[in-house]
Amino acid sequence: MTDAAAPRRSPPGRFIAPAVGFAAIVGTFALGEVLVRIGAIDRYIVPPPSEVLGSFYRIVAEERVFSRFLYTGSECLIAGVLLTLFGIAGGMLMHRFKLLQQAIETWVAALAAAPLVLMYPLFLVIFGRSMWTMVIMGFVSGLPPVILKTIEGIAATRKVLINVGRSFKLSAGQQFWKILFPAALPTIFVGVRLGLIFALINIVGTEFLINFGGLGHLIADLAERYDLAGTYAAICFVILVSVLFFIALEKAERWLRPVD
Amino acid sequence: MAETGRLRQTAAPLISPVTLLRLAIVLGVLAAWEFLAHSGWLYRDVVPSLLSIGRALAGLLGSFEFYFNLGVTAAEIAAALAIGGLSGLVVGILLGANRFLSRAFEIYLYYLGPTPKIIFFPVLIMWFGVGPESKVALGTLSCFFPVALSVAAGMRQIDKVLIRVGASFRASALQMVLKIYLPAMRHPIINGFRLGFGFALIGALLAETKLSNKGVGFLIINAYSTFDMPRMYAMLIVLFVLAIGANALIGRLGALDRIERL
Repeated sequence: MTDAAAPRRSPPGRFIAPAVGFAAIVGTFALGEVLVRIGAIDRYIVPPPSEVLGSFYRIVAEERVFSRFLYTGSECLIAGVLLTLFGIAGGMLMHRFKLLQQAIETWVAALAAAPLVLMYPLFLVIFGRSMWTMVIMGFVSGLPPVILKTIEGIAATRKVLINVGRSFKLSAGQQFWKILFPAALPTIFVGVRLGLIFALINIVGTEFLINFGGLGHLIADLAERYDLAGTYAAICFVILVSVLFFIALEKAERWLRPVD
Repeated sequence: MAETGRLRQTAAPLISPVTLLRLAIVLGVLAAWEFLAHSGWLYRDVVPSLLSIGRALAGLLGSFEFYFNLGVTAAEIAAALAIGGLSGLVVGILLGANRFLSRAFEIYLYYLGPTPKIIFFPVLIMWFGVGPESKVALGTLSCFFPVALSVAAGMRQIDKVLIRVGASFRASALQMVLKIYLPAMRHPIINGFRLGFGFALIGALLAETKLSNKGVGFLIINAYSTFDMPRMYAMLIVLFVLAIGANALIGRLGALDRIERL
């Protein structure tokens, strides 16, 4: 706990804690396996972990997991492009017209706290059971953070950079594209990352709820067929995909962030 | 905020330009909506007229059925927040206080936190049945992660001096938690619960739309399947107002003692 202890920690010691964490998780699954096998847990409610592991291959081979993955991925991609374009444009607009920002910034922040995903029946009526229901759901839920972070990023541009632009007599457009936008980019990307995470969550969730589309639909489908091991495996697969997605976004963010 | 103040001081009109613009935006949106409703460009009732939405809203707020279902959902969310929030608080304190535990387990919470929780619903139905219990379970699962992560992060930001004060008074572990940690990190805790509330709300309501026979989520999906669009809009409006209001209320709670101290 003490501060002095941290630097003295030997390098091999760094791996002990993660190893213990990993071992505890493996141990939990092993315990689950034992409890299911001896009948302490009903195997019609929780299938043994080994069976779940075994059905990974089955769902990949039989349930078109790859094409479902591409389907959900392309929904996220379209939603991501839309929310980046509209979010940054909206943020820029609000930065440019201060009155507009004062009028609606709190509304955008309030929308970020609203349960937007509950609008999915509405989009279902408007767009039907199609890819667009999911895309718009992802777009709407991911838009507020991009707008808010764009405003924050532009507003936090260092004064000295703005003055550099002024002394070069840059036009308003040049000032924006050469100074403000590059300076705000790391913060904007934080917004885009958050927006993409919300988009992914809501897209997969909507797919599950309306039984249509890619990975979310797979889970609903397997659950309705009462393929228990398959359902658990599919849930693990979706969790794995989303975790890899976050890690990739984080790496991208770190790459964009200036070293200072 | 400072600029708003200055604007008001110099111009000092009856209505500030900001309010004027807000009014213009609201009126513009309402007018565009009404125009769209009567234009016939969209399928009938996808964009119902404001009058019919207003009528549905009045009907909704005047019906006992709505309050009963709202009560069911509110109870589910409250239970989820109590179970998920308290367990998140305990786990957060453990992770924040102990470096080893944090290094061993926090990464899993960190990456599992933002995954879609609704996909666990089929499993939770198997475990807890089709009644309100499975909705509470999904809400609990949804709100546990933000509370735990926020508390763990808040715990590490506590002023070291406060901890040393506790240590020099030879406070027991329980005393440390109750007298030092919890008061010192009330802001991250309140913020965590604010986030947790939002997630619990979404979790419980989404679960209701998937499979249930009571609750506001059930009413929404029922309005969808009977194509009663004005009623669906009315319910979404009420829910958004309630959710945004509750969120602002919890946020204000966090800011309250900051104002008092000034």
